[in-house]
Parts: sequence; structure tokens; C-alpha cells
Amino acid sequence: MKTILKLTLIAAFVLSSAYAHAAETLNGAGATFPFPVYSAWAHEYNKITGVQLNYQSIGSGGGVRQVTERTVDFGASDDPSRPEQIQKDGLLQFPAVIGGVVPVVNLESVQPGQLKLGPESLCMIFLGEIKYWDDAKVKKMNPGVKLPHSEITVVYRSDGSGTTAIYTNYLSETCPAWKEKVGAGKAVKFPAGIGGKGNEGVANYVKRTASSIGYVEFAYAKQNKLNFTQLKNSAGNFVAPGFESFEDAAASGDFDAKKDFYLWLTNAPGKGAWPIAGATFILLAKEKADVNKNVVKFFDWAFKNGDAKAKELVYVPLPASLKDKIRAYWKAKGIY
Amino acid sequence: MPLQYKKNPVDFIFSATTAAASFSVIIFIIGILYVLVTESSLAIEKFGIVKFLTSTDWDPVKESFGALTNIYGTVITTFLSLLIAIPVALGIAIFVTEIAPNFLKGPIGAAIELLAAIPSIIYGMWGLFTLSPIMSKYVEPFLKEITAGVPFVNVLFQGTPMGIDILTASVILSIMIVPFTASISRDSFNLTPAIVKESAYAIGATKWEVIKNVVIPYSKLGVFGGIVLSLGRAIGETMAVAFVLGNNHRIATSLLDAAATITVTLANEFAEADKDIYLSSLFYLALALFVMSFITLAIAKFFLIKAERKYSR
Repeated sequence: MKTILKLTLIAAFVLSSAYAHAAETLNGAGATFPFPVYSAWAHEYNKITGVQLNYQSIGSGGGVRQVTERTVDFGASDDPSRPEQIQKDGLLQFPAVIGGVVPVVNLESVQPGQLKLGPESLCMIFLGEIKYWDDAKVKKMNPGVKLPHSEITVVYRSDGSGTTAIYTNYLSETCPAWKEKVGAGKAVKFPAGIGGKGNEGVANYVKRTASSIGYVEFAYAKQNKLNFTQLKNSAGNFVAPGFESFEDAAASGDFDAKKDFYLWLTNAPGKGAWPIAGATFILLAKEKADVNKNVVKFFDWAFKNGDAKAKELVYVPLPASLKDKIRAYWKAKGIY
Repeated sequence: MPLQYKKNPVDFIFSATTAAASFSVIIFIIGILYVLVTESSLAIEKFGIVKFLTSTDWDPVKESFGALTNIYGTVITTFLSLLIAIPVALGIAIFVTEIAPNFLKGPIGAAIELLAAIPSIIYGMWGLFTLSPIMSKYVEPFLKEITAGVPFVNVLFQGTPMGIDILTASVILSIMIVPFTASISRDSFNLTPAIVKESAYAIGATKWEVIKNVVIPYSKLGVFGGIVLSLGRAIGETMAVAFVLGNNHRIATSLLDAAATITVTLANEFAEADKDIYLSSLFYLALALFVMSFITLAIAKFFLIKAERKYSR
């Protein structure tokens, strides 16, 4: 009898605490790319405030769909929604963190970060039109670099992803042939190469396949110590991927609160800007003012206290000016 | 019988529960089919049946979808994996039932069943990190070399050996389906009446002759059923293949080329399918797979029933 009583008490306690927590839970779903930083932020936020944040990384498409159907408190997407669409679905949108996509190569004779590519040569490699590394177009940009006469293996993402969206957006913007033949999107019909599943799949294929080139999120290139390339940006300078060049891209991007921050950071005009950067976005249901206030509280906290954590996980925090713009946007919408 | 139910209500409740459980299966199948058809209706309308099944285009940006490359990938990997798995599985079954000494039968049988219990994601990871480098470094260059001068065959091994291709995927699949074919074949072989085998031995037949002329003819329908069941598994396998197939929507002529299967395409692209027609096309693809698996399993069932009748006679 005593044990039963004990068990009942324990059960009651567990249930009540679960219930108490349930009252302060925020549910989000969407992009896989920011998942590590959101969950790291959520963990610390929970320690301080007791608010539980559940984030399901089901993919950007799923995030948009779920917030449109109002099944989650917030959605997350790497693929910014156009202002018209935001208006139509009754949503709010703001960026949360910035990341970059970097081309990575497997070339023994080339030092990490040594290979320089321009948008045109990158595009032609991915179109399968430049077939060998010692092609004249590549050579011209890399005097003094030993380029082998070996066939290029292109590696792309086989699963639909925000990474591919950012990357193909860049290629479409800078290369008319790509725009015409392939286009931009989370999944496109790549004319050449093999497809790896996920960032880790692409990183693995590139690491293993000699003479290959692929594209991954910056964090994966760093973790896997892949040989990344320099790229020529729209200002005509060769830049290496890194916090500085990503921040430069973010700072030169003209995020406009009137357009719900709809912006591709690709091919940003800054002098030292990395050309394939992108922000990942948060979507809110306009009419849920109370819930939105709680979500906004979380991101406001993260903007203030989460930069170090984000950098540790190789994400680029938003520049201070952009954070202020977002706070003004929140205020204007009455949720801050 | 109704009279008995009246006598015993517990009996009636018991029968009703079991019946409900059984009918729920049928309801589920019909429900799944219904959802697949309604969800894919948009794509069916736009592409039709013949055009969808024969088009090799899979272009999410231009919203043009065809299933042929996926069906091709599924069929070719399944076929190749069976080609590799069947001889191995039959060898295992014959060894276990006819040749192995008793103390070996247990461990080998257990090992085969363990192979069947390994989750497919583990096969996928193992395939990507272990098998694929071995294939690209040793097996594929070797195959390329020995087939280099042989007309027609050399076409099958064209291209750079990368270890992420149809051949590697088929090898992984074959390892996964060996347990199915092997254990069903073993059970079928065991069904051969001892008296028939002993009669054959009595008139001086060797072990090989007994297996070739008595055991295999006697159990061939059961074995065939086992093969088709493995085929059903190979058609539907997803994770293991997704890692090593290269996921490429093209009709490959070389075994060293990347390809895509229906299930891999579904797993890869479902989460980010943002346009209605894209999502609908994926459902349409799933419907095609449903029909393919259904036909295969129906054939298997047919042969198994036939085999059972034969044995019970």
C-alpha cells in the first residue's frame, strides 16, 4: 500500500511538473541548418528562464508549411518568403543568424584556400562544361598554382536543402547560362556529378573523391578540414570564407523591414563580402500576439547573449545594426 | 458457429476482436492507397500515366517530373542485388541443410538471422565509410581492368570508380537480402521428405546428385517464393541505398554511375518539396512503388501457396 501511495505521489509530481512546463513551451519547426545554434540557445535560455523551446529540424519547406497551417509557434526557413507571400499567409518574418556556403575541393597539389575561382568558372564547372582542372579559364585565375589534368567530379546535395537554395541562387544571379539551364531552388536538376545526402554526405564524398568539387555549409568545411576555395565577389576582389567576409556580406546586405527582410545575401556588394552567404529566417503567425511576444523574447535574448555561442558553432551573428532594425520591426508589429 | 456464441459470450468477444484486428489491416491498405491516389491527383492530372512513367525528366525548378529514372534505378539495383544474393543464399541453405555437421547448423543459422536484424541505416553507414572505399580502391578498378578489352561488357564498367554507384548499392542490398532468401530456402529444403532423399542415396546417388535432382526440384517453388520476397525487400530499401547510390536522376549505362531509386528520391526530397506539384509528384512516385511492390508480393504469394499445396499433398 505504501509503495502504491509513493508511486501515485511521484506520478502526480511528474505530471504536475510536466504540466507546469507545458504552459511555458514554445514549439518551432523548420530548417535543419540553424538547428544546432537554436538548440544551444534554447538550452541556455531554459536554464535562465525555465521556458522550454522545442525545435524540430524538419526542413525549411516543412517549417513554412507548418507555420502557415498554424501548427507551430514559429517556423524557420533558409529560403526567405517574398513579402507578398508573407502578407497572403498572415505571417511575420525576420532573420535570425547568418551562414555561408563554401565550395570545397579535393586537389592534392593545391593548398587549402589557395585555389581561386570566379562566378563564371564555378558555374561552368557545375554545368559540366569545364571538365578538367587545368582548363584555361581556371588556370588564368590561378597563376603559379599547379593544376592537374584530371577530370572534375562535381558533388551536389541530393536532398532538398536551404544550402542548395543559397548556392543555386548565387549561380543563377551571377551566371546567365545557369539561370537558363538549371535555375535556383532547394532541389534542382544538376547537369553533372553525383549527389551526397546532407552536408555530411557531400563533405564525405569530396573528402574521398580525388579531383572533386562540392559545396557545403561553412561549419562542415571547417569541421571536416576540407580544402575551400577563394571566390571573386561582386566588387571584384578575391575573398576567403570566414567570419569577417560573412559579416561583411551581412553588413552590406540591404535588409528592409518593409519587405519583411526578404533578401538573398548572395553576391553582396561589400568590398570584402563573401558572395555565397545567406540568412536563415524565423516566421511567425501574425494573429498570435501573445505567443509571438514569447518567441520574440527568446530571440531578443539570443541576440543579446547568444553571439559567442553562435560563433563557437561557426555561425555568423547578425550585425548590431540589423538587430536594431529587427527590434524596430517587432515594435512596429506590437510584439516587443 | 452462431449457436456456440450464444452459449459463450466470451468466445464471441474473442472472435470479434480477432476479426476486427484482421480487417483493420485491409482498411489500412485501402486507406494508404486512397491517400496516395488523392495526394497524387494533381500530378496524375498534369502528367498522365504514360508520360509520367516514361519521362526521364526530374526537374523541380521547371516543375517537370517523370518517374522513369527512379524506376530504372530501383529495377537495376534490385536485379543486380538478386543476381549476387541468390547463388550465395542457395549455397548457405544447401550447406546448412545438407552438408554442415550438426554443431555448425545452429551458429550459421543464428548468424544469418542476425544479419537480417541489423537496421538498414547501419548498412548505409557501413557502406559509405567502409565498403565504398574498398570498392573504389580495389574491386572496381579490378573489374574495369579485366573487362577492358571485352566488347559490351566494358560498357558496364565505364567511368571513374568512385564507390558511390549502382554496383556498391547492389552489393549492400544483396548482403541485406541474403538472410531472407537463405532462411526461406533452408525451410523449403527441410521440407523435402527424408524418405525420398534416402531412397536416392540408397540407389547410389552422390550428395551433389541428391541436391540437384531431388532437393532442389522438390522445393523450387518455395525457393522462388523466397526470392520474390527478397525482391520485395530490395525494391523498398531506402536508407542503405541512399548513402551509396549517388542520387542522380539519369539513366546510367555503367555500373559505376550514380543513380536514384524511388524510395531514395522520396526520402531525399520529401521534406523540402515546397511546391504542390512537386509534393504531388512524389506521392505519385510512391503510388508507382506501391503498385510495383504489390505485384511482386502477389506473385510471391501465388508461388508460395502453390508450393504449400504441393507439399501438403
